[in-house]
Amino acid sequence: MAENSTTEKPRLTREQIAQRAAQELTDGAYVNLGWGIPNLIADYLPKGLTVYFHSENGILGMGRRAKAGEEDFDLVDAMKVPVTLIPGASFFHQADAHLMTRGGHLDVAVLGGFQVSEKGDLANWKIPGAKGSGGIGGAMDIAAGAKNLIVCMEHNTKEGAPKIVKQCSYPVTGLACTNTIVTDLAVIDVKPEGLVLREVAPGWTAEDVQARTEAKLVVKGKVPEMKLGS
Amino acid sequence: MKSKIVDSLNAAVADIPDGARIMFGGFGGAGFPNNLIQALSSKGVRDITAISNNCGTREGELGVMFKNGQVRHVIASFPGPHSNYFQERFAKGEVTCELVPQGILCERMRAAGAGLLGFYTTVGVGTEVARGKEERVVDGKRCILEAPIHADFALIKAEKADELGNLTYRLAARNFNPIMAMAAKITIVEAEEIVPVGAIEPENVVTPAIFVHRIVQAKGMRFQG
Repeated sequence: MAENSTTEKPRLTREQIAQRAAQELTDGAYVNLGWGIPNLIADYLPKGLTVYFHSENGILGMGRRAKAGEEDFDLVDAMKVPVTLIPGASFFHQADAHLMTRGGHLDVAVLGGFQVSEKGDLANWKIPGAKGSGGIGGAMDIAAGAKNLIVCMEHNTKEGAPKIVKQCSYPVTGLACTNTIVTDLAVIDVKPEGLVLREVAPGWTAEDVQARTEAKLVVKGKVPEMKLGS
Repeated sequence: MKSKIVDSLNAAVADIPDGARIMFGGFGGAGFPNNLIQALSSKGVRDITAISNNCGTREGELGVMFKNGQVRHVIASFPGPHSNYFQERFAKGEVTCELVPQGILCERMRAAGAGLLGFYTTVGVGTEVARGKEERVVDGKRCILEAPIHADFALIKAEKADELGNLTYRLAARNFNPIMAMAAKITIVEAEEIVPVGAIEPENVVTPAIFVHRIVQAKGMRFQG
């Protein structure tokens, strides 16, 4: 943790985390975006890239959000926001939507996170001690079935506690399900040898990132900085 | 042949008793059988077990049933940020809730409709939803046994129903409706439009009439927010 917060270097914004995560998508990919930072990714697709966004309520090929006046409230995303379609879109029922998430049919799923463990366990559905029933939604199906699960989150809590931990203290969503973590400080791959630090935020070093991470990071040589482009 | 078409919303729900297990279609404000829910609530049923993705948007959708204290138990994946009447009753212990991962909720209902007695899944392994469930290793993977979810009634929303009960749905208002139609003993449909037999091309039918028992025409009712 930072000894003196006034000396902290700038971290990525939520939008920049989304922008960096967008670079992980490949042309033609079928992609599910979760709530929070992942939902911003659609705005930062690299030029010339076409991806087919999947929504758990039964849509493949979601386009941008609907503008004022063109909303159709029978055409909403998983966050209840009116959206549009791109050519080649399709509708299906909720069981088939999750057949796609669980059955390994989606190329990439991106979820938000409260914690990720050194084994890639994800906790993202419930804050311990929170009032009310809580809610799971599609997160557990997606975590269990995604071919490539990217978790986007801030590297530390508002209080500065690490969110990449040895073991999740929050209720877990899935075990050993995360492939890559994109935070405001780093890009980290979950590999058999451990959490491999692939990139650091501009101006940050591997040591800086390790100091703000509870789990041990595997560092191979000089770690490059993220390139965010324009 | 007895017609499946009933002439009023009240008649459509008239025989639903207290204590019934009922599935309610809808997701994200789309595809909710809001007219049927209003009729059911007005009828004054009690002690309902509600099976639905969420628990209403304030008074809208299932919210009215919680406002009036008509639900005893909920099976849901995501009660939702605006389900305040559900949350109040839940906090007081007046409603119990089983949270189910959304796709597993679908598959448990589908198992009921398909005559299957359960299935193994990796979803939820090591999480709170695995509590009390049989766990085993299949093909080298830890998995848990999930049981079917049955219901006495399903209340669903379609865009078009023909007079036999073949259904189509509009855009993403399809969501849970076709699955619930297959899973319940009695499926009651509110349709925006009832059309003659043959008016829906056979290859465009989404829910075949075999799953539909009652049809009532009602102009869709929507709750925003």
